[in-house]
Amino acid sequence: MPESTPITESAVAAAVDAALAAVATATTMSELRAARAEHAGESSPLARLNGSLKTLDPADRAAAGKLVGQARARVGQAFAPREAELAVAEENQRLADEAVDVTAVASRWNAGARHPLSLLMERMSDVFIAMGWEIAEGPELENEWFNFDALNMDEDHPARSEQDTFFVDPVDSHLVLRTQTSPVQIRSLLTRDLPVYVVSPGKVFRKDELDATHTPVFHQIEGIAIDKGLTMAHLRGTLEHLARAMFGDDAQIRLRPNYFPFTEPSAEMDVWQPNAKGGARWVEWGGCGMVNSNVLRAAGIDPEVYQGFAFGMGIERTLQFRNDMNDMRDMVEGDIRFSQQFGMVV
Amino acid sequence: MRVPISWLREFVDIPLDVTHEQIHAALVKVGFEEEDVHDFDLSGPILVGQVLEFTSEPQSNGKTINWCQVDVGEAEPRGIVCGAHNFAVGDKVVVSLPGAVLPGPFPIAARKTYGHVSDGMMASARELGMGDEHEGILLLKSLGLDPVVGAEAVPLLGLDDFAVEVNVTPDRGYAFSIRGIAREYSHSTGATFRDPALASSPVAGTGFSVTVDDVAPIRGRIGASVFTTRVVRGIDASRPTPPWMIARLGLAGIRSISLTVDITNYVMLELGQPTHAYDLDKLSGGIIVRRAAAGETLTTLDDKVRTLAAEDLLITDGSGAIGLAGVMGGASTEIDTTSTNVLVESANFDPTSIARTARRHKLPSEASRRFERGVDPAIAQVAAARVVELLVELGAGTADELGSVLDTSVAPTPIELADGYIEGLIGVQFSPDEITTSLVDIGCAVDATTGGHSVTPPTWRPDLTDRATLAEEVARIVGYDRIPSVLPVAPPGRGLTREQRLRRSASASLASAGLTEVLAYPFLSQASNDLFGSPLTGAVPAVALANAIDSEAALLRTSLLPGLISVARRNLSRGLTDLAVFEVGTVFLPESGRTYGVDTLPAGNELPSAELLEKLRGSIPAQPWHVAALFVGDAVAKQPGQSSIQRGLSDAISAAQHLAAVLASPLTVTTGAHKAMHPGRTAELRSGDRVVGYAGELLPSLAAELDLPRVVAVLELDLDALIELGAVEIAPTPIVSFPAATQDLTLVVPEAVRAGELLALLVEGAGDLLENVSLVDDYRGTGIADGSKSLTFALRFRATDRTLTAAEATEAKSAAVALAASRMGAVLRE
Repeated sequence: MPESTPITESAVAAAVDAALAAVATATTMSELRAARAEHAGESSPLARLNGSLKTLDPADRAAAGKLVGQARARVGQAFAPREAELAVAEENQRLADEAVDVTAVASRWNAGARHPLSLLMERMSDVFIAMGWEIAEGPELENEWFNFDALNMDEDHPARSEQDTFFVDPVDSHLVLRTQTSPVQIRSLLTRDLPVYVVSPGKVFRKDELDATHTPVFHQIEGIAIDKGLTMAHLRGTLEHLARAMFGDDAQIRLRPNYFPFTEPSAEMDVWQPNAKGGARWVEWGGCGMVNSNVLRAAGIDPEVYQGFAFGMGIERTLQFRNDMNDMRDMVEGDIRFSQQFGMVV
Repeated sequence: MRVPISWLREFVDIPLDVTHEQIHAALVKVGFEEEDVHDFDLSGPILVGQVLEFTSEPQSNGKTINWCQVDVGEAEPRGIVCGAHNFAVGDKVVVSLPGAVLPGPFPIAARKTYGHVSDGMMASARELGMGDEHEGILLLKSLGLDPVVGAEAVPLLGLDDFAVEVNVTPDRGYAFSIRGIAREYSHSTGATFRDPALASSPVAGTGFSVTVDDVAPIRGRIGASVFTTRVVRGIDASRPTPPWMIARLGLAGIRSISLTVDITNYVMLELGQPTHAYDLDKLSGGIIVRRAAAGETLTTLDDKVRTLAAEDLLITDGSGAIGLAGVMGGASTEIDTTSTNVLVESANFDPTSIARTARRHKLPSEASRRFERGVDPAIAQVAAARVVELLVELGAGTADELGSVLDTSVAPTPIELADGYIEGLIGVQFSPDEITTSLVDIGCAVDATTGGHSVTPPTWRPDLTDRATLAEEVARIVGYDRIPSVLPVAPPGRGLTREQRLRRSASASLASAGLTEVLAYPFLSQASNDLFGSPLTGAVPAVALANAIDSEAALLRTSLLPGLISVARRNLSRGLTDLAVFEVGTVFLPESGRTYGVDTLPAGNELPSAELLEKLRGSIPAQPWHVAALFVGDAVAKQPGQSSIQRGLSDAISAAQHLAAVLASPLTVTTGAHKAMHPGRTAELRSGDRVVGYAGELLPSLAAELDLPRVVAVLELDLDALIELGAVEIAPTPIVSFPAATQDLTLVVPEAVRAGELLALLVEGAGDLLENVSLVDDYRGTGIADGSKSLTFALRFRATDRTLTAAEATEAKSAAVALAASRMGAVLRE
């Protein structure tokens, strides 16, 4: 039992003043905790004064109790705002202490990238998917019948020897690395129900040495549509749609007469590239035409009933003129700096 | 085809000030792509000069130069130093004065040399771009010229002309001639065309014996359907080829050889009909055209002895073979400087026969190029007459009556063209007049029939074989610009196939995970294929190319890894040391002992039987899609507050697991062995019982051999298999929100125990309440007996229908421990 202390107004006031001063001068949470123990704890002056109450006459006890009670409440209430203030201050200090140089934080993720040729094939494919066409695929190592004969290029056709074909050994096994994605068209016509609207993106092979404008392995996307009543106007419409999807709403298509064994009539296709670097221009983009009736016959389709169109363009070439690239070697060497410029965007 | 403009002008009206751009534009419109422009590249004062006098001055360097005074029509002669010695006083020569530029470009200036100021240069034929002659300067008298001194030499020599070069598509053989291009220029511009074939009716020779004896026609077509001969006698062998002809031939890309040969080439370019001139006096008797006997030989004009095949078509006389028909003449009857009597041959040979022979003997010639694409059979006599005319005019010869005409060519077959057909194919409503006029313009005979027209193509258009070819001609002549744009409506599609979608996901996920996609060539060496095509030692069957670009890389890849290794090496050599690259691509996997391909190919223009189609489809080896990745260098670079993390096996295995997760395809990692990989750091990747790939670090000795760092982690998976074995439809387990109970578990096991296998046992032993388990620590050392290790797992338990009690979780854990103890001798470490 502590010694009783006389309860005087001055003693209470002194205790309150000391407590409030301690709260006000606490600059950290631990100082505040010490102040609480000292001025509001069980052995604080006010606690001791409170303990003295029971020694008073009952007549004086009420007034003294009121005096001490009010003082204790006043002191007790002083802690919470200060505590909140100090919590904010301390958190602010912590945040300040945690600040780092964001321009030099450790990097843990590496940015990967798709190859722009893959992205471009997918993007062009998606334009056709959106129109209800489907994507057809076929083997890269192909039987000559699908790559040449069925495409109206018999063994003596001048166009057959003009293409620098990779032949499988022995040559008389009649296997080649496909020189175009067109054999996929034949395979599609043979297996799918009519009408057929497909595009086939993929790798093709020609025996060219690698240089700035040639590569022995490159990519094409070809399309074929066989239906009743399709005309060259539908061909132009389809190409124009693709051109606009790829080069902007102002892109246009120009057709020039040309020759391909698998189409008749045939056309070379130029695209008006409105946003080309260095000014809008016509660029040679690919070949197209109305599917030759011999090709339809090879696939068992009656050319009196069905007709359609086909077209094809090089992906490397498209990337080259679309993205203003001079050297095709960058596309094939696998230098990661090339693809990483594209990220997942083409 | 190169087309000198002065020549083109002879057959079609062309504006005088036409530019090559305009000519090209006109020809592109009708389907002849622009290739190039050729001219003589001469400018400035290039004049006719006459040598007035010269003195020879021996030099200290052993050469003798001539100090010449040359009259170029000025007040005073010019002093010119000349190193050539083939001239005499009085000779007229070509002088390029200071300011002139000769091809090269070779600018001429007055310059000090050999103690004189040379005020110009006397030019050789080669310096003027007129050919290869550079033995001496060009003497104008050698060209039969005696012009006025001081005259402009460039127009005199025909060097003011230029040629446009256009690409002629294989179907348009007729356009390999000035005649054909002139016709097309007229189609494009409407300019008047004058057909040289109609200029005069050719005189037919008689009395020379020609027989075509083709016992083995190719594809039923006789080797020579037309064979015309004419004789010209008494040609003056000293006559030069006139400069205008040399210039035109030169612009067309043909070198001048001798008057007679030049004339045959000239007529070929003009009319598209290759002709050949024989020295009549070297011929023995008449000509027989026949197939070669196998093994028969012929010495061709290039003095090479050719061993002939039975399919080769020959020109023969009493002495045997004297020419490879349509490809190259023989040496024994060649025109030489003493030849005076000439037999001119103008024949029409079967395109296929010529193409095969030219290909077989690797002898593509101007003649074979034309025959392969089809020569107008009706022009043979005209061409023979034109050669005769030029030999008489320029060679002072006399046309002889001796000659022959043999013509078994078949007239073109009419094509029925129904009304509305062209509109139905092209999508343009052409007027009946547009259709008829276009077809007549290109030379067709058009007759009205009921409901359409009967169209007979001209003799020079063997490519016009069906109504679609006629439709193209009408569209081409009227103009492709007339074709409108109509977007067709395809039936609703099904989008990408599952395989296509998942292949995209695989690539996208790897790129998102920080790998860079590359596309490598599929050509490999046997060694690379053997090393990576199978985990086992031994040769791996692979497809070989017959004509690879690089004979060291003639096989098609059986693995994607060698390609990635090449890419890695290239990047490393460029200082890019931290790499994570991947490829999604096909590999070519022939089965051991199986032969692929077919012996014969079915016809192309009809549907093969179902059986034959199956055979064609089955004639190629499997070509599955694979995915491969390669990691080298740092995954995380050393940085402030961060030490580097090196790439290695864990990247390769993580990538495999990442792919499996993305594709919802089960994948287990087990200890594996692969001959190209580190024996202690190789994982076999399985889907169920099927091995679908390998992940590992390259064998360090192999990495060293390849100049790669010691640690190179690689991964290759059969992507097709991964997709095929993946979940087609995901049936997700409902997500339970009752609280989980987590407990750690430490087991001591022999070091040889695989953590993954122990983990699998825990899963089995703990039963359904175990939601997740992961290995969090592997401790060896103090407190653990030698040869043992302490593995700590974090387990998360959850019940689907209630809040799990700690006792239940402990019970499940104990069951797991019991199984691990009984199967692997695991001891619980408290």
